[in-house]
Amino acid sequence: MRHRVPIFTLSFAMTLGVGASFVFDVPAAAAQDTTKKKRRKEAEIAAVEITPAVAADLQKVATERGLRVEDLTAALKTYLPSGKLDDYIIFSSGGHSGQVFMIGVPSMRLLRSIAVFTPEPWQGYGYGAGQEVLEQGNFGESEVLWGDTHHPALSETGGEYDGQFLFIGDKANARLAVIDLRDMETKQIVKNPLTVSDHGASFVTPDTDYIVEGGQYSTPLGFAYSTVEDYEANYRGMVTLWKFDRKTGRIDPSKSFALELPPYFQDLADAGKKVSDGLIFLNSFCVESVTPGFDIGAVNFEAGCSQRDTDYLHIIDWKKAAQVFAAGGCEMVNGFPVMKMKKAAEEGVLCLAPEPKSPHGVDVTPNGEFIVVAGKLDPHVTVYSNTKIRDAIAKKKFSSSDAYGIPVLDFDAVMEVQVELGLGPLHTQYDNQGYAYTSLFLDSAVARWTLGGEYASKHPEEPWKLVTKTPVQYNIGHLVAAEGDTVSPDGGYLVAMNKWSLDRFFPTGPLLPQNFQLVDIAKSGTTMPVLYDMPIGVGEPHYAQMIKADKLHPWTVYPAVGWNPQTQSPDPNAVKLGEEKVVRDGHNVTVYMTAVRSHFAPDRFELNEGDSVTMHITSQEQSLDATHGFCIGGYNINLSLEPGESATLHFKADKSGVYPFYCTEFCSALHLEMLGYMVVKPSEPAVKVTEASKP
Amino acid sequence: MTSVMFSLFGPRVSNDELLTRGARYALPTVVLTAARILLIVSVFFPYWSMVLEAPQYPDGLGVIAYVNTLSGDVAEVNGLNHYIGMRPLEEAANFERATAVWMVLAMFLLIELAAIVHSRWALLLVLPAMLFPLGFLADLQFWLYHFGQNLDPSAPLSSSVKPFTSPALGVGEIGQFKTVARVETGWWLACASSLLVIAGIFLHRRAYKPLFETAAREREAMRAAA
Repeated sequence: MRHRVPIFTLSFAMTLGVGASFVFDVPAAAAQDTTKKKRRKEAEIAAVEITPAVAADLQKVATERGLRVEDLTAALKTYLPSGKLDDYIIFSSGGHSGQVFMIGVPSMRLLRSIAVFTPEPWQGYGYGAGQEVLEQGNFGESEVLWGDTHHPALSETGGEYDGQFLFIGDKANARLAVIDLRDMETKQIVKNPLTVSDHGASFVTPDTDYIVEGGQYSTPLGFAYSTVEDYEANYRGMVTLWKFDRKTGRIDPSKSFALELPPYFQDLADAGKKVSDGLIFLNSFCVESVTPGFDIGAVNFEAGCSQRDTDYLHIIDWKKAAQVFAAGGCEMVNGFPVMKMKKAAEEGVLCLAPEPKSPHGVDVTPNGEFIVVAGKLDPHVTVYSNTKIRDAIAKKKFSSSDAYGIPVLDFDAVMEVQVELGLGPLHTQYDNQGYAYTSLFLDSAVARWTLGGEYASKHPEEPWKLVTKTPVQYNIGHLVAAEGDTVSPDGGYLVAMNKWSLDRFFPTGPLLPQNFQLVDIAKSGTTMPVLYDMPIGVGEPHYAQMIKADKLHPWTVYPAVGWNPQTQSPDPNAVKLGEEKVVRDGHNVTVYMTAVRSHFAPDRFELNEGDSVTMHITSQEQSLDATHGFCIGGYNINLSLEPGESATLHFKADKSGVYPFYCTEFCSALHLEMLGYMVVKPSEPAVKVTEASKP
Repeated sequence: MTSVMFSLFGPRVSNDELLTRGARYALPTVVLTAARILLIVSVFFPYWSMVLEAPQYPDGLGVIAYVNTLSGDVAEVNGLNHYIGMRPLEEAANFERATAVWMVLAMFLLIELAAIVHSRWALLLVLPAMLFPLGFLADLQFWLYHFGQNLDPSAPLSSSVKPFTSPALGVGEIGQFKTVARVETGWWLACASSLLVIAGIFLHRRAYKPLFETAAREREAMRAAA
């Protein structure tokens, strides 16, 4: 018996211990659900073998379609078989469509548009939901329902895209929008309280502390009135530093501020990185301060802005500016803190450097050392050195000050080199081989040229030399290389964003699409072929950024049923299955509705004419791509209810009658049956059936 | 020891016997303990799964059954099932799932008890654990039958999808879906446990049956002598 006791005791202890643990642990273990595997069967791809039979086949296709050998190579480099995914994603401005486009590279397929400043029905943006975001961009009392999106900026960490947020500026109305890249939806619009138009938006500092919004056409700040005759006295340029709060995913206007600038037309900007971190570079044109007036015979802008040989590169120490702002160095203009330019100059926050006239891009090299300015009316790019700039500022190597008392650095003291590229240099990006790429608007070409300094050893050519030019079709504006404005560009792909397409596509009437051309920049030297043309028939894009696809981690469905995409959290008004109801409180009616394939519940509700209606509609779907729409004809309402999304909409039942509501996104075999009736009883008895229509 | 107690629990083993032939008596306990551990471990693993394959679900839809819960794409499968009028899967086998953990715990304790019962009753005690894997599948098939045969006649697709029974194992077909049902790790562990129980009870019988018969003869003789 004694022998048995230990065995028995041991096993009994195990009974209690193991038993207790599994009673509590099983549901948790089950919830982890480790057994669901990806079941998609990946087809085995055998190594391609071009047998004589295959070659003959290819030959036949090429001959029939009139293709050259380089066309075949280009096709092979860009073609994606069904189900294969792109390596890079472009976020492109959508120009005056007010949207952002997501484009896959190398396939150059449009993946989706993202509604930003303009209502867009597919995304249910501005037709019952989304107004709360659009309204943030109102101009005082006035609605502004479009935008001219120019320059997208992906959020960065340490100068690298981190794939979390995208910002984009609206040139027409000086607004900035925040897009959350988890669901690719616009979360916030901020209206600049000082100015009407902007251009240098948006550019982020290397850790996205601030988003830079540089102005464009000078006006009296804060929407004040002043006649054009008092231009120099009252008109001003500006740059706003919007503070970004990564935790809330929102710009915090209460921690943001602006710098008053001379009334030049500030243009593109870039934030310094690495060695130049802490500085912002901002181009300008029209330092001539043209005051127009065709009626008085004054010179027009076109001619007036091009009189002088140089404009001014603004160099702003944003870290110092933030300190001055924190120390109360700003004055309020239209309720927004503004650092006067005199103060900024005194504090060493702001100085200028001459730059060739009418420049566009100002682009910092990946190591932060060089700043490349492309002057549209000068055949050179002008390269400034961060080291020289810092040295010149420290040693006060100022050649003069401008008409507004801002010190101007001596051009020769800060300029590293000028590289002749061709006509109309506009914008520059970089690769991983020590090359820079500059768009040449007038030449209609992409120029590849060599960087110097530490980059000189990365390429076989002489530093600071044009290597080759690839013609593009036609009139290239910006260009975008793979992660080409970060601290570590990837190279490989570049897209020329051409303004004109002329004869490249089937004529679409007098309004032609723009042409995005994929250029292969993987090889060094003079090889740089165009691979693919993509028409953009939605708007005229400006800047774009190209991010490695694996840096993006978008949700495929919302994290929980009843999700509010505005707060990115569960919505307290979300409706659960079985808890649908209609609640009337006087003239206020609240409808709690669910949507799931293939029905709305309730599928009928009755209102009285004049009722104020609130609807909470929650999609119960948790399945990829099971999106529902919800529209009420005649009421200008259309929502997109993505899987798990809960939306709230308000409207007044101001029209009596019977209004079918239905699902606008084909969701299932019984999609057409996914409908209901909103019945609005007239406030005065109406003749329901006319005599004539009676049988 | 009363005669009832003796017939239930059988004889105890003398110290001399244990010292001389310890392994013979320890072995069934060890094997049965292993069976008990496997049984407990099994509940942390899925017992069964069904994958639904259709063109618009390239990754398939999976329903995974543990002894006490369902996981996987249950919501989506329920959503699809509502078209043919099948009740939500959560409504199946409620009693079984609610009591499964306790039943396993009970089987675990019964095997424990069997180790100290040295009579033929030991076989009865381990019977539930022995039959558990088969019982699980039989119960599952019952619910598949019950759910498949009792479809809501007013469901959207009731005119095109007639009552059916999905096989608990193997391939079935319903609408555009191919269903592939199979047992999973947990069930195999329970099966291994069941086999160990069979082995354990055999060793148990080999160790104690002679002892029981000798003791019974001795008790008979004593009663006769008295």
